[in-house]
Amino acid sequence: MRRPSRETAQSQRRITRRGLLLGGMQAGVLATLAFRMRYLQVKEAEQFRFLAEENRINIELIPPTRGQIFDRNGRIIARNVPAYRITMTRKDAGDVEAVLARLDALIELSPQDIATALEDLRTRRGDTPITVADRVTWEEISRVAVNAPALPGVTPEVGLSRTYPLGADFTHVVGYVGPVSDYDLSRIDAPNRLLLMPRFQIGKTGIEAHEEERLRGKAGTRRVEVNAAGRVMRELDRQEGKPGDDLQLSIDHMLQNYTQSRLGDESAAAVVMDTETGDLLAVASSPAFDPNLFVNGISSTDYKALLENERRPLVSKSVQGVYPPGSTFKMVVALAALEDDIITPEDTVRCRGHIEVADNRFHCWKRAGHGNMDLHTALRESCDVYFYELALETGIERISAMARKLGLGERYDIPMSSVHAGLVPTRDWKRAARGEEWVIGDSVNASIGQGFVLASPLQLAVMTARLATGRSVSPRMIKSINGVEQPSGHGEPLDLNENHLRAIRRAMFAVSNNNRGTAFSSRILTDEYRMSGKTGTSQVRRITPAERRAGVTRNEDLPWNRRDHALFVNFAPHDAPRIAVSVLVEHGGGGSTAAAPIARDITLQALYGDDPPLSAYPAKDRARISAQQERLRDLRPPPRDDRPTRA
Amino acid sequence: MSYLEHTVKYTPTGPRKVLYLNWPIALLLVSVAAIGFLMLYSVAGGSFLPWAEPQMKRFAIGFVLMLGIAMVPLYFWRNVAPLGYLCTIALLALVAVMGDTGMGAQRWLDLGFIRLQPSELMKITLVMLLAAYYDWLPLSKVSHPLWVALPVAMILLPTLMVLTQPDLGTAILLLAGGGAIMFLAGVHWTYFAAVIAAGVGVVTAVLQSRGTEWQLLNDYQFRRIDTFLDPAADPLGAGYHITQSKIALGSGGWAGRGFMQGTQSQLNFLPEKHTDFIFTTLAEEFGFVGAVSLLALYALIIFFCVVSALSNPNRFAALLTLGIATTFFLYFAVNMAMVTGLIPVVGVPLPLVSYGGSAMLVLMVGFGLVQSADVHKPR
Repeated sequence: MRRPSRETAQSQRRITRRGLLLGGMQAGVLATLAFRMRYLQVKEAEQFRFLAEENRINIELIPPTRGQIFDRNGRIIARNVPAYRITMTRKDAGDVEAVLARLDALIELSPQDIATALEDLRTRRGDTPITVADRVTWEEISRVAVNAPALPGVTPEVGLSRTYPLGADFTHVVGYVGPVSDYDLSRIDAPNRLLLMPRFQIGKTGIEAHEEERLRGKAGTRRVEVNAAGRVMRELDRQEGKPGDDLQLSIDHMLQNYTQSRLGDESAAAVVMDTETGDLLAVASSPAFDPNLFVNGISSTDYKALLENERRPLVSKSVQGVYPPGSTFKMVVALAALEDDIITPEDTVRCRGHIEVADNRFHCWKRAGHGNMDLHTALRESCDVYFYELALETGIERISAMARKLGLGERYDIPMSSVHAGLVPTRDWKRAARGEEWVIGDSVNASIGQGFVLASPLQLAVMTARLATGRSVSPRMIKSINGVEQPSGHGEPLDLNENHLRAIRRAMFAVSNNNRGTAFSSRILTDEYRMSGKTGTSQVRRITPAERRAGVTRNEDLPWNRRDHALFVNFAPHDAPRIAVSVLVEHGGGGSTAAAPIARDITLQALYGDDPPLSAYPAKDRARISAQQERLRDLRPPPRDDRPTRA
Repeated sequence: MSYLEHTVKYTPTGPRKVLYLNWPIALLLVSVAAIGFLMLYSVAGGSFLPWAEPQMKRFAIGFVLMLGIAMVPLYFWRNVAPLGYLCTIALLALVAVMGDTGMGAQRWLDLGFIRLQPSELMKITLVMLLAAYYDWLPLSKVSHPLWVALPVAMILLPTLMVLTQPDLGTAILLLAGGGAIMFLAGVHWTYFAAVIAAGVGVVTAVLQSRGTEWQLLNDYQFRRIDTFLDPAADPLGAGYHITQSKIALGSGGWAGRGFMQGTQSQLNFLPEKHTDFIFTTLAEEFGFVGAVSLLALYALIIFFCVVSALSNPNRFAALLTLGIATTFFLYFAVNMAMVTGLIPVVGVPLPLVSYGGSAMLVLMVGFGLVQSADVHKPR
């Protein structure tokens, strides 16, 4: 390489110039990089550090164990059982379809399950576990576990699920849980993070919903350090949650079962109440359904069937249903008149079969009339005209006051959904609600529990218990929480004249035990368990004068949903009341034929604590009762069996 | 002794050459590599395996290789430059035919004892060839179109071969490195202006081609451009690299979380934490101070190279030194710009720090040439 030195010098000058230029550009780039780092690491450091913390630490919720529900004798009504499911992770599975096929051979997945799983596996991140099969059995889980080597990425997981071993018996009381829906979330102001967990169950109806907060408990948390794949590297700390409270109900599961079974497929409700403590021993409504259907996600056809059934199985009629109380309201009217000294028990009213009030004719149920009636005979034979006259004298305000005193028109604080307050009408109420003045005819209708008066079977049971004891007994459904006894509903004396109460109780005794009583055919023969009651039949619609003339008054001739409601209330034993019972049969016809026999059977079952001897029944009924006992015995729950139920 | 004979040009010979090695550059290289060892030790969770130890061995080999190359007279390297270039082209062709596929790209050639990445080697041999070319070319012809077309062809041939692997990062580095030597050699600036204008045109065309039949880039490359422009749009998907990298970097703050305390890198949030994204670990654990310190070390290496080049009257030596320095600069500048989110993610390692054999050895060979140029400089 020989080159003139001039050229070398020239070349070197150019290289120097260009070299410095290039070096300058590089210095510029370096300065840019340094400024960029300063921006990220000094100016924005705070924000990035926060993001990094989010990246690194996951707060995981430890779902609390839901509180269990027992009956008054400790029989379990709602419990938690292990529920198994199978998840799959794409990253670990490799050939997803082959693994799914192998899994299918083991536990038989539906084509729909496979399609959903494939879709999920395709769209989600590779390290997210996808639920392939939910609610699989222990056998299936073990089969998967044994074959684990052939199923990469497949993990059997265990959680807790709610189950109701007594099935339909407690549906209307306890309700059921289900997955949290958008609707549930919309009703809650600040949703607990727990509710957002997949597969978390929340109370939907009944006690499960009403006592949700108590039963749910408090979630624990654990802070874990995770890597980018979401895999837990280690646990940083852990805060144990608080399991939900265990509830013991006042209800006796055997009596509840009997009551529910006795109502059968009727559209009916029954309440049994302890007159001493106010404990609700049975709160039944029929038809019922298996709450476990809802826990596991009910099929739309099943749900539609429940929804469209005209007997409304989804409604807890014992507390949510309100009905005109019919003649069972007559004790209220009588007591109001007695307390206000408008009548004495001995005063008589002549019943001609009807009275004329303000140009309207009000009929007695007995067209021919009862003749001269005093308090005792009027209640016993349920004469309407007697009470029409009483109402005209007493006035709606005093009747309503007495109704409230006896527990009607009040929303009781029992842990069920949509407990109805019923309706005890007053002049003010009508003006406010209807914009009309109270007319005298309204009082006449109210006197026989028709018109505006509405009461639920629960309220009628409370009323009966108060008549039986003279105390303001109020219902109690939760006996103890975590073993802590709750206040009883014993109640204070109602400040009623004991002679008046005794007169009414005697009349109620005659209803069931005098051969002219409306419920004589449903009497109890066992001396120490004699019961006192009152029938009621409430009209669903008005009988038009045309119909009356045409003679279509027989209930059996009407379509089911236009027939009268049948009611019966009673307490027993007469001399030392222990229980109060109310029974309602929707569109059952007459209270004496449809409701009284059911109330009698329930009363006997409650007092004997088991099937009563046939000697307690009138001789001509014994064969039928025996067959009935046989049939209902088959519906009893198995003897105490608290082994974990299979999921 | 040079300082006694300051008027007489003197070139060291024999064992005396060792005394004339550019020790500042050698020491800076060792410091940068040491930082690399430290970070590889850290990302392995406090372990020399699997990365730090092999890396140290490779650096030791590379260092010896550098010294060896430094002892060889510079004219030898100038004379073998065309041969080296042709051999590398041949290797690139070989890779295309029978190379191993790693990370979706065909880049590796398994020679049995070493997995060679010819595209890395090409960065050095291309610089050598261009330096030799401009050393040979009379200065008056430098800007003649014919003599410009020739080096452009020399650059484009390997660039296109690398691009088909596909390896966008290396292709850009080859193009920019080659262009830098042409610029240094004194090619008229209008050529560069024209190329830049054309480049803007090509970029526009590439972006326009998306979704059409003549689409010029792969979908994944388009996606990288997308996520670069808006990484927040898909933080767990394609934007994951950039987002996580910025989080790690930013969370380091002023002084960092401390050695081995980088939660992001220790917990695997960082992608490629031991290779292309190792800078984020450094930045997270040692903060702004650490990051800028490494930047300063790199800058000093460039500085000493530029000083050496500008004081060297030999045209080949000067061009070679500046070319290698520029290649080195492009490496770390592109890498840092990438992890700080200034440019889209392209696969370029952080020189001497990222785990990787080929890049490390090739760089040490390059610095061997720089040393050789410095040692054989007439004084």
